[in-house]
Parts: sequence; C-alpha cells; structure tokens
Amino acid sequence: MMTARAKSTSARFAGMTGGAALIAAIVVAAAAALPSVLSNYQVGLATEVLIFGILAMSIDILGGFAGRTSLGHGAIFGVSTYVVVYATAQAGLPPAAAFALGVLAATLIAAIFALLAVRTSGVYFLLLTLALGMIVWGICLRWTQVTGGENGIRGDVRPALLVTHSAFYWAVLAGAAMVAYAMWRFVRSPFGLTLRGIRDSESRMRSLGYNVPLHLFIGFTVSGFFAGVAGALYAMFNNFVSPSTVALAQSVEGVLMMIAGGVGTLFGAFVGAAAIIALENVVSAYTERWQTVLGITFILIMIFAPEGIIGKLRAIPTRKVR
Amino acid sequence: MDRRRFLKTTTAALTAAGVGAAPWRRALAQAGPIKIGLLAPLTGVVASGGKEMVEGVQFYLDQVKNEMGGRKVELVIEDDASNPDTALQKARRLVEQGNCHMLIGNLLANTGLAVANYVKGTATPYFIPIIAADDLTQRQRIKNVIRVAGYSASAFTHPLGDWALKQGYKKIATVSQDYTFGHEQCGGLAQVFTEGGGEVVQQFWHPLNTADFSPYLGQLADLKVDAIFTMETGADATRFIQQYSAFGLKAKTPLLAAMNGTDQSVIRTLGEECEGIISPAHFAEGSDNPVTQKFVRDYEAKYGKIPSLYGFSMYSGMMWIDAALKKMGGKVEDREAFIDTVLKTELDGSPLGKSVKLDAYGNPIYDVYIRKVVKRADGKFWNVPTTSYPSVSQFWKYDPESYMKQPPYSRTFQGIKKA
Amino acid sequence: MSTFQLLNGLTFAALLFVVASGFTLIFGLLRIVNLAHGALYLFGGYIGYFVATRTGSFVLGGVGAMAAVAAVGFVLDQGLLRFVRGNELRQVLLTLGVAFVLNDLALVIWGGDSFTVPIPQMLRGGLRVFGVFYPTYRLFVLVTGIVLFAALWLLLNNTRLGALIRAGVDDAEMVEASGVNIRRVFLVTFLLGSALAGLGGLMGGAFLSLYPSADAEILVFSLAVVIIGGRGSLVGVGVGSLLVGLLNTLGQVMFPELAYFVIFGPMAVLLAFRPLGLFGRAT
Repeated sequence: MMTARAKSTSARFAGMTGGAALIAAIVVAAAAALPSVLSNYQVGLATEVLIFGILAMSIDILGGFAGRTSLGHGAIFGVSTYVVVYATAQAGLPPAAAFALGVLAATLIAAIFALLAVRTSGVYFLLLTLALGMIVWGICLRWTQVTGGENGIRGDVRPALLVTHSAFYWAVLAGAAMVAYAMWRFVRSPFGLTLRGIRDSESRMRSLGYNVPLHLFIGFTVSGFFAGVAGALYAMFNNFVSPSTVALAQSVEGVLMMIAGGVGTLFGAFVGAAAIIALENVVSAYTERWQTVLGITFILIMIFAPEGIIGKLRAIPTRKVR
Repeated sequence: MDRRRFLKTTTAALTAAGVGAAPWRRALAQAGPIKIGLLAPLTGVVASGGKEMVEGVQFYLDQVKNEMGGRKVELVIEDDASNPDTALQKARRLVEQGNCHMLIGNLLANTGLAVANYVKGTATPYFIPIIAADDLTQRQRIKNVIRVAGYSASAFTHPLGDWALKQGYKKIATVSQDYTFGHEQCGGLAQVFTEGGGEVVQQFWHPLNTADFSPYLGQLADLKVDAIFTMETGADATRFIQQYSAFGLKAKTPLLAAMNGTDQSVIRTLGEECEGIISPAHFAEGSDNPVTQKFVRDYEAKYGKIPSLYGFSMYSGMMWIDAALKKMGGKVEDREAFIDTVLKTELDGSPLGKSVKLDAYGNPIYDVYIRKVVKRADGKFWNVPTTSYPSVSQFWKYDPESYMKQPPYSRTFQGIKKA
Repeated sequence: MSTFQLLNGLTFAALLFVVASGFTLIFGLLRIVNLAHGALYLFGGYIGYFVATRTGSFVLGGVGAMAAVAAVGFVLDQGLLRFVRGNELRQVLLTLGVAFVLNDLALVIWGGDSFTVPIPQMLRGGLRVFGVFYPTYRLFVLVTGIVLFAALWLLLNNTRLGALIRAGVDDAEMVEASGVNIRRVFLVTFLLGSALAGLGGLMGGAFLSLYPSADAEILVFSLAVVIIGGRGSLVGVGVGSLLVGLLNTLGQVMFPELAYFVIFGPMAVLLAFRPLGLFGRAT
C-alpha cells in the first residue's frame, strides 16, 4: 500500500490516522448490527443503499475530484449487471466468474467512453456521457437475442450461501467497505492529487507537463471499474436486469445521490444514497407523486445546498484541516 | 465504548420484543383483513391503462362493500411506473413490508415476468388478469401465478387467422411492437394463417413508443396485401390508427388489430379513423348479452366512460378470487389450498355473461368474438361482435404437449409454415 | 430512399427545427442547457390542445400554447434559474429537476391518455406530391419549419435584438460592458425559446400525439440536433435538424435494430472530436 510521506507525528493505520480508523470501525460495526434491528425488507433497502452508494462514489471520483460530472455511469453500472445475469442465466457460469466478467465489461465500456470523453469538460462532458449512455441503452433495448430486449433477463444469480437478506447484506457490506477504502486510497494517492489539480486548473497542469488526457482516461476507467462492482452486486440483489437498469434515469439518480451527499466528499455518497432511498420509501407510502418530490429535491439542493449534506456539515465552523 | 454498549443493549432489547411479539401477532391474523397488493402502472407510458385497472378493482370492491370471503379487504396500491425494475421493487415492498396475502395486477408483460420471477421464490399467489405472456401458463408455468380472467397472447389471434382465411384473404402483412406480447400475437395469427395456405408477406417490428409510423406506413403502402394486422398498445395504438388513416391506407386495405388496439382506452379519444377495424377478443362492450350490457351501463354511470379491457379484466379477476375465497371461508393464509381452489373454481356471473373455467394449465377458456368497431347512437365508438368461436383453448386446435414442443413465439419463430 | 421516406424525414426534421431552434437560442446565448425544454414542449401541446378544442381554432391553440409556455419559461428563469447563474452544472441539474416536476404535473393535470391536437379542416386529407399521396398537415409542418427558419434569420440578422443576441452568443460580457441591458435580452431570448417549444408541442401534437413520455423523447432529439449543429448557430440547428430527422427515418427503415445508434453514434463521435458541433462557435 502506498502511503504519502506524512510528516505528521501521529501513527497511521493503513493510511488512516488513529482517529479516522476508529470512526471507520465504528461505522462498519454499526452497519453490521443493522440486520438485528431492521425487518427483512429494510435490510434489503440498506443493501440497496450500499450498492448505490458505491455507484455514487464512483461518479464522485470524476465529479468531485476531476471536476467532470458524468451522466453515463448508470449505463456502465448496468452493463455489468447485464453481463453478470447473462453469464449466470444463459451461460451457466458460477457466481464468482460471472461477477468478474461483469466488472471487466464495465471497465471496458468505461475505457471506451473515456477515449471519447477526455477531450471535453463541463456541460459538453455531461452531454457526451449522456449520449454514450443512451447508445448503450439503445443496444440493450434492441439487441433482443442477447439482452432479452424489453423483457430483460431473469436468473438465479445470488450464490446459494447468500440467499437470506442478512447474509447478502453482510457480504455487500464487506464489499462496500473494501471498495470504499480502495477508492479513498485512490483519490488520496499522488494520482488522485493530479486529478484534483486538473479539476482546479487544467491549463496549469498542462503547462506543468502533465498528460491531462491520459490522467483523465485512467481516472474514468478506474471509476468505471467501481461502478461495475456496484452493478455486479446489483445483479445478485435483484436476480433480474432490464433496460431500465442502464437507462438515463439510473445515471441521474447516481448523480443526485452524489450531490445530495456532497460532491468531492466520497463517503457522502452513502449518505446521499441513504437519503434518497429513505425519501423514496417514505414518500411512496403516502403519495404517487414521488417524481415531483424528487424533482423538487433536485431544485432545492441546487439552489440551497449544492455542496450536499456532508458539505453543509463540513461548513459548520469547526476548522478541520482536510 | 459507551456507544458500543448502548448499541448492544438496544439491539438485544428490540430483538426480544420482536421475537416475543410474533406468535401473538399470528393468532390475530386469522380474523384480520385480507391484504391484496395491487400493482399497476400509474405513471409512465401505459399510465392510462393502469388507472383503469385500479378502477376495475375498486368497482368490484364497491359492489361487494369491500368484503370478500367473509372478511374485510385491505387494498394496497403500488405504482410500477411501466418499468420492470420498479415493479420488482414494489412487489418486494408489498410482500415483505406490506405482508400482502396475494398480489394482483401489472400490465406490461415485462413487468409481469419480473414479478413472477420474484414470487416464484416467495410462493405468494400472484394473479395476472392482464399479463398475457404465453409461457407463464405454458412452458414456464409457475404454480402460484394464475391467470384469472386473463388471456394468453396468441389465444385470440389463432381464431383470427382462421377467420382471415374464411374471408378469402391470401396475403397479409403485420406491424407490431417489438416485444414478447407482439411476437406472440403475430405468431398466433401467422401460424394458423399460413398453415391454412395463406402468406405472410412481410413483418414489421418497431420499439414501444414509436411516435412516427410514417417509415413503416410508407413500406406498407407499397405492399400488395389483402389485409394488415397490427399489434399496438397504448399511445402507439392511437398514433398508428390515426396515421394509418392520415396516409390514406385505411381506404385501401382492411385493418385487423389485436384487441389492445381497439380497446376503449384507445378508441375513446379517436374519431372515424377507428371505424370498421376488426379485432378478436373474449369481451365486446357492444355485445347484446344482458349481463355485459348491465356491466357496461353501471360502469359508464360510475366512471363516465365505457369500460376498457383493463377495467373489465381486473373486475372479473377480483370476482374470480372472491368466488374461490367464498368456497374456502376466507382462509387465504392457507396458500396451497387457496391456489388449488382458484384453479378449480368456475366463474359464474362475470360480465361475459357465461361461465368460464381454467384449463389444466391455469389459463381460462373463452368464447372468442371477432369484433368490429362501430359507432353507436350517441356517437361513441365501441366493439360489436360479428361472429364467435366457442371454447377456444390457449393451444387452439393443437395438442398441448406437441404445441409446447415448438419454441415459444419470438421474432425469429412466428410459426410460419413454408409453402 | 423513396420520395415517401424522404418526405417523412423532412417533415420530422421541420418539427425538430421548431423545437431545437428554441433550445439553441437559450443554449447559445444564456449558455443554459435547458433539460426542461422537452417538458415545455409537452405543456405547450396539452395547453394548445385544450385551447384549440374549446375554441375550435388551431391558430388560437398555437397562440395559447406559446403564451402559456413563455409564462412558464418566465417563472423558470426569474424564479429559479436566477439563483444559480453562472454555474453551468447547477443550472443543468436544476432544469432537470424542473423537468421531473413538470412531467409529473402534466400527468396529474391531463392524465395518462394520449391526446391528438385536432387538425384544422383545410389541412386534413392528403395531396399528390412528387408522385405520392402525402398528408397535407405534414406538408404544412414542413412549410412552417422553412418559414420559421426565414423568420429567425431575419430576426437575427436584420433587427437590433438579433444583433444583440448574436453579439451575446459570442461574448456576453462585452455586450454588457457596452451599456446594453443584457439581462433583458437574456429574458426575451428565454421567453422566445420557450415559446418555440410550446409551438412545437402544438404542431407535433397533431401528428405525433401527446403522451407522458413525449417530453423525454423530443428532448433527446433536440439535444442531438443542437450538439451536431453547434451551439448558438441558426444554420447549425437547420442542418442538425435535417441530419437527425433524415437519419432517424433512415434508421427506422433500414436499420431498425440500431435505431438510436444511428443518431447518437454520429453525435458522440462529433462531440469527441469537434465538441463545438458543425457550426458552433467557441465560448
């Protein structure tokens, strides 16, 4: 594990300070304890929070740290889901192999997206990733032989060991913890610092001799890898995939979760995912107008809290050196 | 430290409370309400059909004063947004959080298939009056998925193929939405029609939500056919019928349609474009059968519109479930017995005006009308039967076992017999 | 491609032009990617439908649609977008939120049934043109698209407002520095762009009908048009509309499997190598 040469005197544990490691341990332990207080259905929801949290985190790598928000990550996520379900249901592969294939497929798609997208930024980047996502969606919708078209593909993807709600939840929790840690290390590495430099001033980085397109390409591909992990987990959660999994709405929801939690906060993604999923469940119990509520939430966040929940919390004057 | 101990004690306390409560709760359940989970597309592309599904269910519950099998009924409605992922999520919520005794509904075949896959694992009874995917009562039969008051897609187009031959049609073309429901309806027609010596000149498939049919109409106009069959649902049906007329094809070539295309939910907002279209179905709102007439009158009085397939099917589905529940004294918790009773129940008094029963595969056997869209006295359009085919099986005249050996209808397999 | 299919592509392109021209005016001058543009189209269609059926006049329907949608645009710009000026990303995502709300609102107000705007009597039926029987109304749409192009051309090149818009597209700060109330120009442009979406809704509603997902569909096409044609260029929108309209029809006829790819493939490639589009100007 590469650690930045810290001049600080406090001991570091796997790259984290003692205090941070303790908080991380408490959070994970608390999360692991949830199945004992929640109903099965709620454990399912918590599992979804974890899975979509990973997706939102992957979007944050680019959005928060490279300054490029993508509306195509839902498609990358969904490609992994499709490959995992197909591999299990049609090709009869064991879960681990299917999982690996799914992640690989997502990474590949991300690399292709990246090749086309690295030269753009801002709104154009957004629109390009949107367009690419739509192409993927169109293919999944029309390539009926392979993807089942409108019907999607059904399968028994979840490994027999993890059939119960709690067992699967713990497996996902373990995966999420590992993946979150990996992403955290990634953005704090020198590579991650370069990405942040690009976000802050691309021209300066270029004049300093950094190969900006290459860095963006790698960053995008890595972010796609993690989105693929989330997608593969989702395949096991649902045992089902359909074109709506790769649709624009999926990308939009991922971006919203990232923003709600806080762009550039990385872990805020889980907070954002929890907030949106909880909101959806509460609202749908009382009204069908969930879409209106979602839209209003979007609007309010953009106007009043674009830095998200964690961002707002951070702004509370406790001067923390990041 | 404190935080961890706090967590441990609260966890223990809550678990104890949960465990303790369970047997007490179960004892109370016997006398409690029957919880029915209704899944319908209230938003999205087939939102209008979904609304009518809810109306059909509520119309029935109003008539029986919200009581079925001697117990109160609690209806929980969830929106599937015309989307299989959402349907799955809501089904999960209804079963796991809502503790529904049964699920009913869904409109689009893909949403139904997603939910069916889920209930396969939970053994929850799932009733599908609208979902017409053939295989759910054929090759991929799931015991607890029952098609009360519903139909399988190809069941009505088989007789239509026969009717077309009798009209002397030799060549037809088909235009259809490109998904299972469309494949199956076209396949049913194509198989019977070609086995009788007819020819299917060309088949067009388009994605759901095609706004502009002009590219297809252009090609259709050039074909020399005796009739054109169209399989469209929802907004696609409205647009197709309008554009078919606007491009002058209506004057040239007779249009045969799947019943969804001439359903009230579509022709209600149309004018003369829909007049004269032929479609096969078990239900014809213009039929002069007195029971049907009464149903249509009452429905129109209550909701201000002539009932569509969606309203009618859900109503009859509920009626069927109620008939089974009455036989069982309302003991819906005994799932095995409940499902078996439903399968054996014959439905009397449905708006069809004749009794209906399920075949050995859980699919109803109907008389199929070949209907025509006609303008009634007050200017509204409705479907009136012209001929009828009695007791049509989902397997038509084929032997079930050998029929199921042929692959299910799909884009690549349409049952077409090479001349 | 037969005459019939060519006409199909052209008439669809004309409708796209009406809608996308509004979109590019806003994108070009205000630099706002208004993802609620599709919802404005739908609202315009529904409102136009109701005005037209109540009054029996298609023209009044058009006026009603444009006025109502311009009003909605006014609220959107002055009531919401003003809080996020200058930040492109926040603007885009805010308009996305508005699109969700408007779409759901339309469902609540008008329900899920599809409506078709009634075609005025004299535009019904068909004509024999170039050897094919073609619906008169669609030809009317085609003519309207051409007339609109001419009108916008005149506006942009022969009026003061047009000059200000063109200057603003190139460099808004300079225009402001030269003493012009750029805010007012922005507002007028936003209203005009929105009104065009509303008009598109009424016109499209007559031959494509209005239904809950029409907004997302037309938005996606508009995005493709504007990206291919280029930001802030009228000729760009015209060419973009032609390309997208014709490609769409061609795609449906010849490559039904790849329907979306035929449009988004070129769009993605173009964005990757020439992000400004065919006729776009650098910011």
